[in-house]
Amino acid sequence: MDALYRDYILDHYKNPRNFGELQPHDLEFHDHNPLCGDELGVHIVVGDGKVAELRFHGHGCAISQAAASISSDELIGMPVEDVGKLDADWVIDQLGIEISPTRRKCALLSLKVMRGATTGDASWPE
Amino acid sequence: MALATKPLAGVRADFPVLEREINGHPLVYLDSAATAQKPRQVIETMERFYSHSYGTVHRGVYELGREATEQFEGARERIAAFVGWEPACSIFTRNATEAINLVAFAWGRHNLGPGDEVLITEMEHHSNIVPWQLVCEDTGATLRYLSVGASGELSLDELDAVLAEGHVKLVAVAHVSNVLGTINPVGEIARRARAAGAVTLVDGAQAVPQMPVDLSAIDADFYAWTGHKALGPATGLLHGRRELLAEMRPFLSGGHMISRVERERSSWNELPWKFEAGTNAIAEAIGLGAAIDYLTQIGMEQVREHERELTAYALERLPGIDGITLYGPADLDRRGGVVPFTIEGMHPHDIAELCDREAVCVRAGHHCAQPLMRCLGVGATARASFHVYNVREDVDRLVHALGSAREVFEL
Repeated sequence: MDALYRDYILDHYKNPRNFGELQPHDLEFHDHNPLCGDELGVHIVVGDGKVAELRFHGHGCAISQAAASISSDELIGMPVEDVGKLDADWVIDQLGIEISPTRRKCALLSLKVMRGATTGDASWPE
Repeated sequence: MALATKPLAGVRADFPVLEREINGHPLVYLDSAATAQKPRQVIETMERFYSHSYGTVHRGVYELGREATEQFEGARERIAAFVGWEPACSIFTRNATEAINLVAFAWGRHNLGPGDEVLITEMEHHSNIVPWQLVCEDTGATLRYLSVGASGELSLDELDAVLAEGHVKLVAVAHVSNVLGTINPVGEIARRARAAGAVTLVDGAQAVPQMPVDLSAIDADFYAWTGHKALGPATGLLHGRRELLAEMRPFLSGGHMISRVERERSSWNELPWKFEAGTNAIAEAIGLGAAIDYLTQIGMEQVREHERELTAYALERLPGIDGITLYGPADLDRRGGVVPFTIEGMHPHDIAELCDREAVCVRAGHHCAQPLMRCLGVGATARASFHVYNVREDVDRLVHALGSAREVFEL
């Protein structure tokens, strides 16, 4: 099996979980990867201070789409204020594969838009 | 200088990097439109200069200074002759981007104002878009785009219609598209622009490296290109019309570009040095001179024919891959050595990553042409591009790597 394109990565890429739009929604954010132009947005519905529902939308490579899909289940139910504390290692752990420096922004884009939506901080996660 | 013709068959041995293996496979380099590999002749020329003759130019009265100046200005003369322009109107810049910015700052900001229009095209590289966006913001001029048709080409009728409105002061256009490979009729565009009272800038970054270019025939007002795509090091060129360069203010200022400095004001050096502030990238200019000698030995007609054959072969082989979409003009007479493509179900980044497993280097992304990507209706493409060192087997290796990539993605 390929070390990067593992079965579950390809499965999440081809069948992404929690993708689409949420109308109405409480929080949203949209951003892109300047290196490749890939775009990703998120809609979030908040309930009891937690992420009650979320949907990602956009287009991108297998790594960026799988990172969004895999982490979406973990993010649902998480207190909104905790999302801003998540770092790059968290999302890379979620992916469960080794990420080279050239693909790092692909892996981090979904967390970037989640943090943008919940905290307004548009910086790249470190 | 009379140089013997160099047969193309032997050139691969001149490129040391081609001896490399990556991931157990011999290197296949298909990203020359981004930057080209360097022949031994260029590397050795630069090494010899640094080991034997290095000194600053136009300053030292000692032997090293004389040798450096002679080699540096000699390179300028050969480079200018290579593209058919006067050496005194051929300015060394850091790259093509800086050459375009030179015109944007030194000409654009003093000749454009509200009501004027800058006309560019949807197929421009960001380097020929963003400088004009900033100029328009600063001067109140308006930025307009010529559209790219379904065939990947511009329409001269649309150009005429826009010029006829009478507001265009500058037309800035790529000679060859870095994404589609389209060869634009820049001589005709420059002629029509001039008839309408507009100045023309041609971005020749993709043209000079791969085809014969005669600037005296094209007769644009400004022509920018860069050495690193032409088998040389990273140093750029701006060729300009003497009358315009003479009346323009300097771009960057400081040492070397002055004639005399008073406490309050200064006067400028002669052309081309008026536009070359500070110490030049001396070895890079000399290295580019060696690259030009190398290309001249092969002959640019032969380089063009080689790129055309490889492009034709790629366009013959690649459609055999399921789910592939190819972009760019079908007419090879109007297309350079670049082949952009997408594969359904596989993002270009993933295509490039998987090609690398077999040591096949292709570019993936927006190629610094995001407006064009939107016209094509894609976020990104993969792109294979060629130079003299590529062979048909490289295309075969690409086709194999794409087949393997499809297997990994279970397509």
